[in-house]
Amino acid sequence: MKITEQAVEQLALLSRLDLTAEDQTAHTKSINVILDYLDLLNKLDTSNVEPAAHVLPLKNVFREDRLQPSLAKELALANAPEEEAGAFKVPRIF
Amino acid sequence: MSRYEAVIGLEVHVELKTDTKLFCGCSTEFGQEPNTQVCPVCLGLPGGTGVLNKKVVELATKAGLALNCAIGTYTWFDRKNYYYPDLPKGFQISQVFRPIAYKGYLDIDVDGRTKRINITRAHIEEDPGKLAHAGGSIAASHTSYVDYNRSGMPLIEIVSEPEIRSGDEAKAYLEKLKAILEYTGVSDVKMEQGSLRCDANVSVRPVGTTTLGTRTEIKNMNSFRAVQQAIEYEVDRQIDVLEDGERVIQETRGWVENKGITITMRNKENPDYRCFIEPELDPIELTAEWIEGVRATIPELPDARRKRLVAEHGLPDYDAGVITSSLALAEFFDAALQKYPDAKTISNWIMGELLRLLNARNMELNEAKITPDGLASLLQLIEKGSISHKIGKEVFETMFEEGQEPEQIVKEKGLSQISDEGQLARIIEEVIAKNPKSVADFQSGKKQAIGFLVGQVMKATKGQANPGVVNTMLQEKLGK
Amino acid sequence: MQLHTLLVHELSELMEKKEVSCEELTRDYLQRIGQVEDKIKAFLTVTKEEALAQARAMDEQRARGEALPPLAGIPMAINDNICTQGIKTTCASQILYNFIPPYDATAAARLKNAGAILVGKCNLDEFAMGSSTEHSAFYSTQNPFDPEAVPGGSGAAAAVAVGEAAFALGSDTGGSIRQSAAFCGVIGLKPTYGCVPRYGLISYASSLDQIGPITRDITDLALVLNTIAGRNAKDSTSASVDGPDFKKSLVNSVKGLRIGLPKEYFKTGLAPGVAAKLQEAVRKLVELGAVCEEVDMPHTEYAVPAHYIISCAEASSNLARYDGVRHGLRVEAEDVLGMFKKTRIRGFGAEVQRRIMLGTHALSTGNYEACYMKALKVRTLVKRDFERAFEKFDCLLTPTSPTTAFKIGAKAEDSLAMYQSEVFTIPVNLVGVPAMSLPFGIAEGLPVGLQLIARHFDEGTLLRVGYTLEQNTSEIRPKPGLSR
Ligand SMILES: [Mg+2]
Ligand SMILES: [Zn+2]
Repeated sequence: MKITEQAVEQLALLSRLDLTAEDQTAHTKSINVILDYLDLLNKLDTSNVEPAAHVLPLKNVFREDRLQPSLAKELALANAPEEEAGAFKVPRIF
Repeated sequence: MSRYEAVIGLEVHVELKTDTKLFCGCSTEFGQEPNTQVCPVCLGLPGGTGVLNKKVVELATKAGLALNCAIGTYTWFDRKNYYYPDLPKGFQISQVFRPIAYKGYLDIDVDGRTKRINITRAHIEEDPGKLAHAGGSIAASHTSYVDYNRSGMPLIEIVSEPEIRSGDEAKAYLEKLKAILEYTGVSDVKMEQGSLRCDANVSVRPVGTTTLGTRTEIKNMNSFRAVQQAIEYEVDRQIDVLEDGERVIQETRGWVENKGITITMRNKENPDYRCFIEPELDPIELTAEWIEGVRATIPELPDARRKRLVAEHGLPDYDAGVITSSLALAEFFDAALQKYPDAKTISNWIMGELLRLLNARNMELNEAKITPDGLASLLQLIEKGSISHKIGKEVFETMFEEGQEPEQIVKEKGLSQISDEGQLARIIEEVIAKNPKSVADFQSGKKQAIGFLVGQVMKATKGQANPGVVNTMLQEKLGK
Repeated sequence: MQLHTLLVHELSELMEKKEVSCEELTRDYLQRIGQVEDKIKAFLTVTKEEALAQARAMDEQRARGEALPPLAGIPMAINDNICTQGIKTTCASQILYNFIPPYDATAAARLKNAGAILVGKCNLDEFAMGSSTEHSAFYSTQNPFDPEAVPGGSGAAAAVAVGEAAFALGSDTGGSIRQSAAFCGVIGLKPTYGCVPRYGLISYASSLDQIGPITRDITDLALVLNTIAGRNAKDSTSASVDGPDFKKSLVNSVKGLRIGLPKEYFKTGLAPGVAAKLQEAVRKLVELGAVCEEVDMPHTEYAVPAHYIISCAEASSNLARYDGVRHGLRVEAEDVLGMFKKTRIRGFGAEVQRRIMLGTHALSTGNYEACYMKALKVRTLVKRDFERAFEKFDCLLTPTSPTTAFKIGAKAEDSLAMYQSEVFTIPVNLVGVPAMSLPFGIAEGLPVGLQLIARHFDEGTLLRVGYTLEQNTSEIRPKPGLSR
């Protein structure tokens, strides 16, 4: 697997990273070194192997529908970079 | 007849009726102060890990069964990754690969026939927070505000097959869906509080073809009527585009209620949600016994209840359909029937006065003051002849607005019917004296002239006279 | 008295007998921090005032004659990717440079409730992505044995090694606890996945991350594990069982214990000094009555690439929440998209950016099957290797790392080489089994670590082997140059 610089540009957008042209070149190079290495996995035939997303065979871990205290409003907003009238403030969406 | 046919699929998000959120113990109560119902989990704070609310699994299963779905016995949660300020973790926890319910259907009535709309899937997912825009609209705002109280609320998303063909059908589908969810108690289904939201995928194609045209996704519809109108508008718009020899662009469009049009919503980049199994939550395994246990808790659903009203009480199918379209109406009907066992009369009053007043005042039944017992008492008063049918309507309106007992209203307003012959005799004398021509007509054999005379007596008593008694007395006086 | 050189259970006894107060002890540790921190730089935050206040409260409690748990009054350090209420928790990242959690991680809360005194939050690689602390956004921590060597991925191990804390909590996604314990000559345990609740551990790779203790002896390890292990109602991935009393595992015997030596871990590439120490350890265990035999684990070489993909994929999603809206850094911009992009490019270091993009790549349409799903399937194969090995053996013995602590700068620019330095610890995270690194002597001036691996939830066997070695060799507690 090799990846082009344009593909890295697309990855950067999907990842919301404002890469400079130099960053992009550097990342393309280093990512390709890693992707080359990851190709090692293609030596293995996994056609009849089940994927393992979790390591423990846990299932049906439930919680009762019971109220727990929420954060105090001041604590909920304490880390907000910008706050107004009890809400998190952000610049315009578009 | 149009050369085009519309192809419509609906995606309906329904908030489940739980006390707490999907993965945390924060309250789901509507309308609280912003950011007062949040915790590390639903605020997406670093390190917050959640645990699934058991009630959600029950309610989602119940909804799935009520919609005739198969229930997934082995399902799990996935992450749908995208960035938006109302999405605190940068991903939405949803069921992308294995929905809890799939392959269902519901039947709708359109133009007097029944049509089956298949349901592709119903899956559990979390709601994002809520954005408010300083300039009123998203496009005009320089600043927006985020309230995460809604973040992490439990939803099911119900996706229909693209088998809906018109705005009318879409509305009928939504009404039926709402009724079923209301009957099963899985949701409050209140569009105005956001506990039911609907997006529509709309495309058109020449009649007789089977390939799908390019579709648009319509958002921002705030009522069933808006869904209907938006679809009608969008179908016409797409036909116009095609007729002009142009192509429909695949995009998201927003319904602008006050203008009655759909407009392009600013396009995001090509989304790639990079869905993968949620590593912080475990799979859900449901046994057949458990699922049957949930099935046993499902009450009689609208269609069955409608059939029962027809079969047991002899109601016309149309009446039964209207009454069972809302659980509240159906229960009102049943309760009234307990006290006044004349189904058709009750139905007439519900379909007539009750719905007329609800519509006129744009109210929900639970906001009206009239009770089923009150209606039954009112009908008894009419039956006994204590008041006339006409006065009954007046009393009904007062009961609807103020909620008093009918006897009390009749008494306070002095609306009792006059059946006392002594009291009526004097008035009848006067009417006879004032209307010699009608008297003569009657006596010369024009029997219908008596109707006019009865009317004059009613008028003189402001409707309070018992028309039956008046009729008999007049006949006697004038000699049959 | 040099209190900071004593063990947790020794300090506990001293306080119990009222030979030393908690305040004295805390002051001693804080003084020690003042003395060595200039060079070691193990901490990102030192919580001096909070620690002293808590120590005084502890002393009052003891004065009232309240029965206190064994960790009461013991100075501890916590890695800075574990949330501590009211105390800055940065993950060694600019993006969380000012984040003050409004809540405690479950493990931190349990220690707090047990009376342990937090003296500070430790350095690490940014979001735990690395094996040397060189990727910390703030500074690198120094190895206590060699100022030119790295301490591994966690400053907590260095802090415990030089007596800045009596024990510490670290996190282990690919080996951070174990490798840094090995590099710094202390004991580090990565418990079974789910043994210690992850609530409040800032996720790097959710299916791999686990909190664990770093201590200077096995008894201390049992005490800490007893306090932090066990089910938690806030974490779905936490095991449904409560932990046993790990003190019961402090058994001085390995007689008849079957110990597997995975062939693939002893191949070329192993530093000669490490190989020699390993042979010595095997001889010792055999001498003590254990049965040591080789075992095949054929998919070992695939564990690192599979882990790379899974960890980056999960990280790309876990780190999406750092967008400048609710917490941490925000770089202003005209619109939300600009704010997201500028905040994240400024807030994340190059290594974190790279892993986010790699993970995004692995999950994106077109690569999902060949990359992400492939890695999950390989994980199954690695799991089977372990299952097969555990049919025959009670535990496995490997080196913790192919080398002793490498030099600062040696791998800092080589992402892949850095990742591969955890080649022996990574398979364990993929499978979720518990593993412990135990110091075993010195090779060319630096500590060597043994790694012991057991079945899911069999931490007890690890403690037993560790305890036996501790009681029967002098190799287990190397003294770093700085502590003399
Ligand atoms: Mg959805
Ligand atoms: Zn919450």
